[in-house]
Amino acid sequence: MKILVPVKRVIDANVKVRVKSDQSGVELANIKMAMNPFCEIAVEAALRMREAGQADEVIVVSAGVSQCHETLRTGLAMGADRAILIEDDQDLEPLVVAKLLKAVCEREEPGLVLLGKQAIDGDNNQTGQMLSALLGWSNATFASSIEVNDDHFKVTRELDSGLESVTANRPSVITVDLRLNEPRYASLPNIMKAKKKPMDKLTAADLGVDSSPRLQVVKVEEPPARQAGIKVSSAEELVDKLRNEAKVI
Amino acid sequence: MTKIIDRNNIDFLVFDVFKLRELLGRGRYADHDTESITSVLDLAEQIATNDLWPHLSKSDREEPVLKNGTVRIIDQAISALGVLRDAGFFSARFDTKLGGMQLPVVINNACNGMFKGANIGTMSYMGLTQAAAGLLNTYGTTDLKVRFMMPLLQGKFFGTMCLSEPNVGSSLGDIITKATPQSDGSYFVTGSKMWISGGDHNAAENIIHLVLARTPGSVNGVKGLSLFAVPKIKVNNDGSLGDNNGVSVAGLNHKMGYRGTSNCLLNFGEITDCQGHLVGELGKGLLAMFHMMNESRISVGIGGAMLANVAYRVALNYAKERKQGRKLDDKNSSNKPVAIIEHGDVRRMLMRQKALSEGAVALCLYSGMLVDLEILSADKIERQRYTDMLEVFTPIVKAWSTEFGVQANKLAIQVMGGYGYTRDFPVEQLYRDNRLNMIHEGTNGIQALDLLGRKLVMDEGRALKTFAAEIRADLASLNETTNLRPFIDKLTNILTNVEEWLTQVRSMLQSGEKSGVLTNAMPFLHAFGHLAVGWLWIKQSSIASNLLDKSSPRQSDSFLQGKITTCQYFFEYEIPEAEAWLKVVKTNPGAVLGMAEDSF
Repeated sequence: MKILVPVKRVIDANVKVRVKSDQSGVELANIKMAMNPFCEIAVEAALRMREAGQADEVIVVSAGVSQCHETLRTGLAMGADRAILIEDDQDLEPLVVAKLLKAVCEREEPGLVLLGKQAIDGDNNQTGQMLSALLGWSNATFASSIEVNDDHFKVTRELDSGLESVTANRPSVITVDLRLNEPRYASLPNIMKAKKKPMDKLTAADLGVDSSPRLQVVKVEEPPARQAGIKVSSAEELVDKLRNEAKVI
Repeated sequence: MTKIIDRNNIDFLVFDVFKLRELLGRGRYADHDTESITSVLDLAEQIATNDLWPHLSKSDREEPVLKNGTVRIIDQAISALGVLRDAGFFSARFDTKLGGMQLPVVINNACNGMFKGANIGTMSYMGLTQAAAGLLNTYGTTDLKVRFMMPLLQGKFFGTMCLSEPNVGSSLGDIITKATPQSDGSYFVTGSKMWISGGDHNAAENIIHLVLARTPGSVNGVKGLSLFAVPKIKVNNDGSLGDNNGVSVAGLNHKMGYRGTSNCLLNFGEITDCQGHLVGELGKGLLAMFHMMNESRISVGIGGAMLANVAYRVALNYAKERKQGRKLDDKNSSNKPVAIIEHGDVRRMLMRQKALSEGAVALCLYSGMLVDLEILSADKIERQRYTDMLEVFTPIVKAWSTEFGVQANKLAIQVMGGYGYTRDFPVEQLYRDNRLNMIHEGTNGIQALDLLGRKLVMDEGRALKTFAAEIRADLASLNETTNLRPFIDKLTNILTNVEEWLTQVRSMLQSGEKSGVLTNAMPFLHAFGHLAVGWLWIKQSSIASNLLDKSSPRQSDSFLQGKITTCQYFFEYEIPEAEAWLKVVKTNPGAVLGMAEDSF
């Protein structure tokens, strides 16, 4: 089985994100970027399947600016076999990414696409679901465990209400949650080996996808600062405020 | 969480100031490029932050214990060392054919520096192992390499250095541990070794001790010393472990800091025979040790620098958050208290920590670069130039970085006041841990003697000439976009002054007048170190100015501006101290040497 792992280049989780002064987006200049942590978990899951003899090849793929090759190298240094970079300078929306990935899936014919459930920048939680719909493949999201079988996967999903077990037929698109595994570090020898591993470069045009944005960003601003609390004198006043000011009951 | 490791600073020094890129892709470093080096630094930073830093305090509170003859260290330290091993850091700077990655020395040092900054007590097991493997790589026979060195490089065995004895420390010529030749070509080692870091522990399956000992009939003094590889457990021809080799732990030392590193009194051949294998030639043991010692001294310097730098960052973070008092000019007591970083005295203390610790990091990384340049030089004269520079820089890196690193650690506690003095914050431990760095691998006093009594005067002052020429040439090449001219003039002046005085020192030493002038070797090293670090601050300031003018530098403007202002601070506050000490060292130390012992 071949596993495709899409990975996203995002602002490093330890960096404090700042809004640009013109409110057109967030500040990216001089900011440390890294692989989205959920994507790291997906790479780790794929590598473990290969190490367990359940997969023969792990391909990492990323779409975005040319620096995404650094993110792909990270995946290769963790142990992926090869990489595909879809270079595009535009701000890629989840649907565009899903279309690009669909085209890659048609070329590569993987038995499984493993993605992070969402990326920590946009928090969209859409790409995996859209990809499965476009491909017409089965889909399981928020996986906290994945069992590989000959023609299907048994997936435990993490939901607010508890755990749910589902069966997804092959080929499948599975998105992974935080508790699936703890990703490994790249080792020094693998960092060196990663430089020699193949990385194909494609464009949206090569894949026949129009990558232009369909959504318009009006403005980006910081969330409002949290207001100081007040003391209420009675339960009645509390209920009144919850009902009429906060409008939550 | 505060980022304890200042990666921006390391990247700025390595890539922008010392221009590592010019070395990559060449010779030994042909396979490296900026991207792979950045990945290596990223990996080291992650391990330092996630695997070493979290058990810093625990490894201090739960010291190694001796039970039934073996030493046990905490599980977190063992697992962190496992992470370092699995990532390949034990062998990183060694040849590819040995399983290493031929990592440039400056990067290896930067990585080790991050590990030390995060937890020097745990890291030192790896540092000792790297040093032991390095020594066997240079002097070991093929058999010793296969039997001992390869498992060291793989992190399966750990190493130690056994020099000192209960009654012999800095004066190694008095070592009495014996090595008696056996018919099979090996030796039986008998004697006691003191202060052995990593002397015993449960973090590796075997330990290889490198032991200085005396063979029968050898001459007195250091020329009678030979070096022996002594395993804790014998290693069979097929690499499997055999019987215990008669190395016993007589006791643990209980130290002020560095508590995560077990420190042992070891007895060799006390209960059963203890087999040792000669490393290198008979009588050349100390020479072999010293080959590695230069590297170890640079490594200790990095510890001094990074422990100070991490403490600075903790104190800085605290000073930005802790609100106390009002500005001196503010007479309204109903105004809200300000963060203590707004107080002048706190700012001065933070500034000094930044100037000293980042100055020391620059000094250490520069020395690593010198080793790389020496390795890459194809030309004999060029290589000699880097060797000369290293001769001068090694004692400074070791002694200045640790002396002033500890000064900075002291201020980190001071900034945090009573809280800094408690075990609720890491700065008191960082201070205690760093205090050892002034002592081991040759005390700072020994370094000062080495610098003034040997390095700067040997071969008619050749190394000094190289040092001075290099600094003058570099200062002339710098872009003077900022207000650097007065600092450059000041530094050149001091340099000329020092050169003149050293000519006199040379003739004094030649005529046998040693003790007078060398009594002041330590204050001289302080001043000379300030000279070297002052040069590196000018260099950093100049490059920061250049980057500020570019449209998209790697670093933020505030970071670069910080470099420029700290250079100014260094010349306004620190360099005058160097000038004052230089006046003192020129005088006869009459009071120090003249007073009768009874009057002390």
